[in-house]
Parts: sequence; structure tokens; C-alpha cells
Amino acid sequence: MALDPGLVGRSYPPSAVYEVGRAKIAEFATAIGDPDPLYRDAEAARAAGHPDVIAPPTFAIVVSLEAATGVLDDPEVGIDYSRVVHGEQRFTHHRPIRAGDRLVATTTIENARTVAGNDMLTTRVDLATEDGEPVCTATSMLVARGES
Amino acid sequence: MSVEVGTELPEQTYRVTRADLVRYAGASGDFNPIHWNERVATSVGLPDVIAHGMFTMALAGRAVTAWTGDPAALAEYQVRFGRPVVVPDDDAGAEVTVRGKVGAVLEDGRVRVDLTVTSAGEKVLSLARAVVTLP
Repeated sequence: MALDPGLVGRSYPPSAVYEVGRAKIAEFATAIGDPDPLYRDAEAARAAGHPDVIAPPTFAIVVSLEAATGVLDDPEVGIDYSRVVHGEQRFTHHRPIRAGDRLVATTTIENARTVAGNDMLTTRVDLATEDGEPVCTATSMLVARGES
Repeated sequence: MSVEVGTELPEQTYRVTRADLVRYAGASGDFNPIHWNERVATSVGLPDVIAHGMFTMALAGRAVTAWTGDPAALAEYQVRFGRPVVVPDDDAGAEVTVRGKVGAVLEDGRVRVDLTVTSAGEKVLSLARAVVTLP
């Protein structure tokens, strides 16, 4: 069944708060093999002008992907997660994510179309602090391959 | 740093093994079994276990932040996931090679870096671009 273009613009309620921890940032940095001290050493981060350790640029996915894939559970979207592959990803960083951030994700459907039987759903997840400071915009295009 | 259109970033090659994928799954929370279970991967038509697209994106991002020397300088970063990085069940794993060059000099000291990311001789990311603020 083709995706309804009328879904474009649909927004979902803000997520629960995700509190960014130093240990989680260090774990992620180690997993991507990046030795940068700004991800692990609060003193080094402060010397570089940050209030605490910062996260690698793609760390935002840890917070945003759950919000993006949550859209698939919307009965009017109706995409089977087992058919989904990640098509495109974009991050716009307003500032680095850092330890201590209490982030809230707000998700909006930016595009919905069906091409050659494949459903292509683009979601924009705006990450902001609890106080409303914009931190990162993460845009994910998910593709559900048509059943052939 | 003085750069112009065409300035090349140092080429980087990263090795990716199954253990790396398991570690990335845990750190990122993406436990899709196609990234660690050969039985599931082949059952959905993949040649073998494949790396998380986001893991490949993270590796390519390392090539950019290593060049600028400041991860906070990366303002925008986007990729299209073209082909999977196939990771065999051996100690050698797969290799991901990242090449980059300055594609445009923008306003306010920012430049656009265009990335070419390959594995086993094939481009795995397309439209891979980063906008960075240079010191």
C-alpha cells in the first residue's frame, strides 16, 4: 500500500528526556575507534571551550533513531520495521551534544512517498534541551523495500 | 588553515571486524541482527553480515574531524547509504577507505568537504558531504 502524502507535516509529541552521560559518550567514541580526548576528558573539553566532554557528530543517532523509527508504529504509516533499511542521514549541529545535556526529541514527517513499490519516509527529529535550546536536527530517510 | 576548492584531506583506511559491529551495536542501541547474525543477513538476501550504515558514516566523519582537529567544527553532515559494507567472519574483516576534498568554499570561514567512501573497491556512501568551520 502506498504511503499517504497527507502524512507530510505530521508531528509527534516530544519524547521523554534523554540525559547524556559521560560514560555513554566515551563508550560510543570507543565503538567508532575515535581517540579524541574531547570525548573523554572533561579538562581537555573545558580547555577547548566546552562546559563538559562533547559527543562525536554522529552520536545524535543514539537519541534520534528511536524517535524516527517510532513513526513506523503510527497505524496510518503502517510500515513493517523488518523491511526497513536506512537510506539517507543528515545532521545539522547547532552546537555539539555534551555530557549533562537533557535532550528532548520532537519528530515531524518531512516526506512520504512510494516509488516503484518502495516506501520512502523522511523524518526530521529536532533535538533540543529541556529548556528549548536547539542542539541538533537529525533527518533520516527510511526505505521499506516493496515485497516482490 | 588555508584551503581552496580541490584541497584534499589525508586518505584514511579503517578496518571493520565483526567484533567492531557488536561493539557499535551496543554503543548505539541498534541491534538489528543483519549486523551480527549471518543467518538473518542471508535470509533477507544479503551476501553476509553488513556494517551499520551509521557506523560507516561515523568512520567517514572521523576522517573529517581528524583533518579539522576539532570535532565541534562539523556543522552539517549528510550521506546516502548506497551499498553495504560486507563484513566476513574472519580476523581481517572489511576495509573502509575515506577520501575527501574541498568541494566549495562558503561564507563565514566554512567549507564543504565532499567524501568518497569505498569498501572492496565499491562506493558505499554517495552524496557524502560535510560542512565544517575552519579555524
